[in-house]
Amino acid sequence: MNIQEIQNEIIEEFSMFEDWEERYQYMIDLGKTLPLIEAQYKTEDNIIKGCQSKVWVHAELKEDKIAFTADSDAIITKGIIAILIRVFSNQHPAAILEANTDFIDQIGLKEHLSPTRANGLVSMIKQLKLYAIAYQTQLN
Amino acid sequence: MLDLKKIRADFPILKREVNGKPLVYFDNAATSQTPQQVIDVIIDYYSNYNANIHRGVHALSQEATDKYEAARHTIQKHFNAKHAHEIIYTSGTTHSINLIANGFASLLKKGDEIIVSALEHHSNIVPWQMLCEKTGAILKVIPMNQDGELVMHEYDNLLNENTKLVFTNHISNALGTINPIEEIINKAHQVGAAVLIDGAQACPHVKPDVQDLDVDFYVASAHKMCGPTGVGMLYGKEEWLNKLPPYQGGGEMIAEVSFTKTTYAGLPHKFEAGTPNICGGIAFGAAIDYMNTIGFDAIAKYEHELLEYATKALIEIEGLKIYGTANNKTSVVSFNLEGIHPYDVGTILDKLGIAVRTGHHCAQPIMDFFKIPGTVRASFAFYNTKEEIDALVSGVKKAKMMLS
Repeated sequence: MNIQEIQNEIIEEFSMFEDWEERYQYMIDLGKTLPLIEAQYKTEDNIIKGCQSKVWVHAELKEDKIAFTADSDAIITKGIIAILIRVFSNQHPAAILEANTDFIDQIGLKEHLSPTRANGLVSMIKQLKLYAIAYQTQLN
Repeated sequence: MLDLKKIRADFPILKREVNGKPLVYFDNAATSQTPQQVIDVIIDYYSNYNANIHRGVHALSQEATDKYEAARHTIQKHFNAKHAHEIIYTSGTTHSINLIANGFASLLKKGDEIIVSALEHHSNIVPWQMLCEKTGAILKVIPMNQDGELVMHEYDNLLNENTKLVFTNHISNALGTINPIEEIINKAHQVGAAVLIDGAQACPHVKPDVQDLDVDFYVASAHKMCGPTGVGMLYGKEEWLNKLPPYQGGGEMIAEVSFTKTTYAGLPHKFEAGTPNICGGIAFGAAIDYMNTIGFDAIAKYEHELLEYATKALIEIEGLKIYGTANNKTSVVSFNLEGIHPYDVGTILDKLGIAVRTGHHCAQPIMDFFKIPGTVRASFAFYNTKEEIDALVSGVKKAKMMLS
């Protein structure tokens, strides 16, 4: 699936939730269940320091596509990371660079991607794009 | 007894909803809400007599100057300073602290010592580190114990004839601990050191008497005590303020200027360069008047009730740990749920319309001491109610259910 298709799928999944509690419970459960990053990559080098929660990101190029893994010490942040990874991981660098995160508004999680929220997510998306630029250059 | 219904009606913001729920505002230690009486003063200033002060012959300027200076007298009276010119308007506590740190740069020499407490806000640590770098003075720290209280016998050991300045907050922002400042001041004076007290967290709850305390410098912010942001004060004993050099150059702070020599203005203008926050200063005075109308004894008594009520209900939640359990503390409850990040708890509470602070509260050393990333902090004001605390407690229970 391409990025747009995955985003549409997520929007559809979220449309089934009736209120914020269901949405948040889903994200919390995502955050709880998914092993997002291998321990060896949870290093100081891979850390994005938000004021409130910490985020770790690791990237690898696998057959022209970038595989992202990430984690956070806060579970709601981790749930949102799981959604972002689902969208951006295993995609071509060029597709990652073109993509936006407007779908986050549509699933009612806009406030978590506010630049002033200080949870590390905005910096994380920036980091995903930086990896995409770097690998794109490498592929060219 | 406080008339809660009447008091709450003074604060228009308390009527609003957040995320479809009535707002429960428990972030008072970060900033307090503003009563209509203060909002009216701000509107009146911009509607009727907005002008620059101290230099116009025209009526508006005179009126603005009179009200600005009247507010300085209100502040003087409130803190019981000996002279109005011992009250310096600043942009807030951080500015006040920097003003003094900067002034001491010319008074300190290598080997002099500054003592700060382990309970400080970042803004209280950084200026002194900078000052020590500049002068070669040494920074020493009064440690705290597991309850979040300063270890006073360690303080005794730190004091000596090299101690030039002691600096602590009156009340800790992260934990709510009320520090024994009388003892801190007396002991510092015995070795000839000056004392600066950060009253930012204390002034919403108590009415400090600077002469009775015999404190050399005391600083506060208006926005923690029902006033606007961007304005605060520095109290300094006259002899100390005369000793310190001016902080910034500019208009208002000079007596005479030529290209060879400038004579500085007297107090308080020596420290008030440039056009000040005129409206803010006037509104600061109005905020102090408002709080005195409610009465600080009644405020302290009621807030203590809220603290006890909240503490009792919160500790019944299994896995909840309160940080800062000093005997003498103000209406702040800093806590964590076992195994749950404070950011997650704060996010769920926000969805329920409850405003709390999460994170390290700009007091990273305290969080390091307890080995935690931060806490959830609920801080209460005199306009909060027990029903709102009930909402917090059920919100925390819900967060625990969702997140465990």
